[in-house]
Amino acid sequence: MNEKKSLLRNDGFQTFVTSIICIILGLIVGWLALLIIEPSGAWGAIVAVIKNFFKYPSAPARLKYFGSTLAKTAPLIFCSLSVLFAYKVGLFNIGAAGQYCLGVALALYLAIVKQMPWFVCLVAGIVAGGVSGALCGLLKAYFNVNVVISGIMLNWISLYGTNLLLKPAMDPSGKDTFRLVNKAKQALLPTLGLDKLFSKNQYVTLAIPLAIVVAVIIWIVLDKTKIGYELKATGNNVNAAKYCGMKENRNIILTMVIAGGLAAMGGALYYLSDFEQWNVNASAVPGMGFNGIAAAFLGGLNPIGCLFSSYFITHITMGGGNVDLSHYCAQIADFISAVIIYLCGFVLFFKTVMNGWLKKSEEKKIARARAAAEEANKEGGNA
Amino acid sequence: MVLLLQYTLIFSSVLLLVALGGCVSEHSGVINLALEGIMVIGALGGALVMKFLPYTHGQSSAFVMFICVLCAAILAGVLYSVLLAFACINLKADQTIVGTALNMLGTALATVVVKSMNTAMNPDDHSSEIKYIDAKKAFLTNIGKFELNWFMIVAVIMLVIVFILLYKTKFGLRLRACGEHPQAAASVGISVFKMRWAGVLLSGLLGGLGGITYITAGVSTWKFENGVAGFGFLSLAVMIFGAWDPFRIAGAALLFGLFRALGNVYNGFAFLKALNIPSAVYNMLPYIVSLIVLAFTSKKSRAPKAEGIPYDKGMR
Repeated sequence: MNEKKSLLRNDGFQTFVTSIICIILGLIVGWLALLIIEPSGAWGAIVAVIKNFFKYPSAPARLKYFGSTLAKTAPLIFCSLSVLFAYKVGLFNIGAAGQYCLGVALALYLAIVKQMPWFVCLVAGIVAGGVSGALCGLLKAYFNVNVVISGIMLNWISLYGTNLLLKPAMDPSGKDTFRLVNKAKQALLPTLGLDKLFSKNQYVTLAIPLAIVVAVIIWIVLDKTKIGYELKATGNNVNAAKYCGMKENRNIILTMVIAGGLAAMGGALYYLSDFEQWNVNASAVPGMGFNGIAAAFLGGLNPIGCLFSSYFITHITMGGGNVDLSHYCAQIADFISAVIIYLCGFVLFFKTVMNGWLKKSEEKKIARARAAAEEANKEGGNA
Repeated sequence: MVLLLQYTLIFSSVLLLVALGGCVSEHSGVINLALEGIMVIGALGGALVMKFLPYTHGQSSAFVMFICVLCAAILAGVLYSVLLAFACINLKADQTIVGTALNMLGTALATVVVKSMNTAMNPDDHSSEIKYIDAKKAFLTNIGKFELNWFMIVAVIMLVIVFILLYKTKFGLRLRACGEHPQAAASVGISVFKMRWAGVLLSGLLGGLGGITYITAGVSTWKFENGVAGFGFLSLAVMIFGAWDPFRIAGAALLFGLFRALGNVYNGFAFLKALNIPSAVYNMLPYIVSLIVLAFTSKKSRAPKAEGIPYDKGMR
């Protein structure tokens, strides 16, 4: 009995439960929306969203699309780690989307126009994101500019900058950049033989194991090292950290550099795997950065939790493409993930309710035990 | 030149309306990052009326159309801001997360609504566009070459109303007290919850108006997948630059509007065209300017002191 109670009181477990509640409520809202649009196929559509690649009857096909889902999960993991890392230091990195763009920009530019090998492209992409993050951090540390606002401004600047830089890399037959397979084979990410595990899906690359390794590193840095402790202390109370001799401005900038680098790494790795090509006329900031926010909070702001939440969000987003398009649209998945983050804002509230409920039931139990003991005492006294 | 003036004024009106919304909300103590989403939903409300209300230019009453669109945008904006108010005030949720979620939700919701509506009417139509070429003419009056959009006048009226409301009424004083020191306000019998609800709902009203103004500025069809291109956030930059003061915000909005308008009309100026700068640079311009301006104005911030902090009765 005691063990069960301690599990319910465990913060990590509570976070897990609240995340599951958010997911379930989000799916219910999504289903209701589908019901309103067209009642007859709503159940089928929501099942299609949840099933994603399970809809394929043959095992190799399922494996192949599982591989594609993983390939799309990797950049999301990086973006969510970027948001998470900054959030732990009290900064809200909404600029992840822009840093992701810059990672893509530099990586593809060097790959296609300059014909560089993949690791050079990757490093350049990470540096570009880091510089953008540093700018955000500098503005916060020395000019007190709200990171959310500067992040959004940098998102748009980065988007147009990326379009500008990648114009020479555009395939004249369309609006997208060249496929790396055709124009820059040397820049393709190595697959490490992983492609063979997933029915020869060539998009399953180094990026996936790397994402997991980076998540573990971030967890270690944040929870087990001095620098991680300093960064978190700065996030909790800048003045207290300063008083303790920590360099608060350096910590803010360093955090944003790391966060920017992470998001850019996601972008660079994803586009170097050749899964997608950049549309040089893009007029909207890619959703990956914003979904990173969703994944970070759904993962309970834990790097390992982010691995799972990122997978889940990618899973339903890709599942969204499978709905019956004669009635519904694929954006229903975006709608569901937006509802889920909205609900994630209530995590604190859910936890308070849960703890209050636990406390009440405990108090009742204690009161009952006390009453029983008194009863026993009385009886004992009588005898 | 006239074209530049026209675009500057219309974009400034959008920024002014939305920034005033942010201003009212922040004076009550709630940071409204969801303005972007509120704009999208407000625009959706107005666009739906423009699509379905029968209107032939020159015959039907333009005024009725205008009022209906106005009310629909306001209603949609206010209803959507209820989501923010409930989460941030009653459930004390993190205002940044909820704001961001509502921005994503706004675009996703509008896209789903418009797409499913288009698909229901024509099974082959999977676009997220609403066209309102005819209906839009209801709000335009030509004065010589200058095309006056009625929403420009609405923006000016709103500026005056917000100023009077915030600084000349009892309500405004109470609202601002809740943003500066909610506990002190509560101690003299002001309901902080009610005031903050009022602040957020008013910002929903202004944000919705801004949204409908934005999608009728210069274009007559709107693709809801694109949202409102960061205008909600640009408005927040305008608000910070305007130091949370309605008239300074108006000045800031004019400046930002000018840079935004340049991107639309730079082709009309021989000397700008001769410079041969790619259009992407003009697109970046308002955002770059806002970053630079923020760097110089954020140091001594005049933000309401209690903004962003959920009100807790127990804290004194």
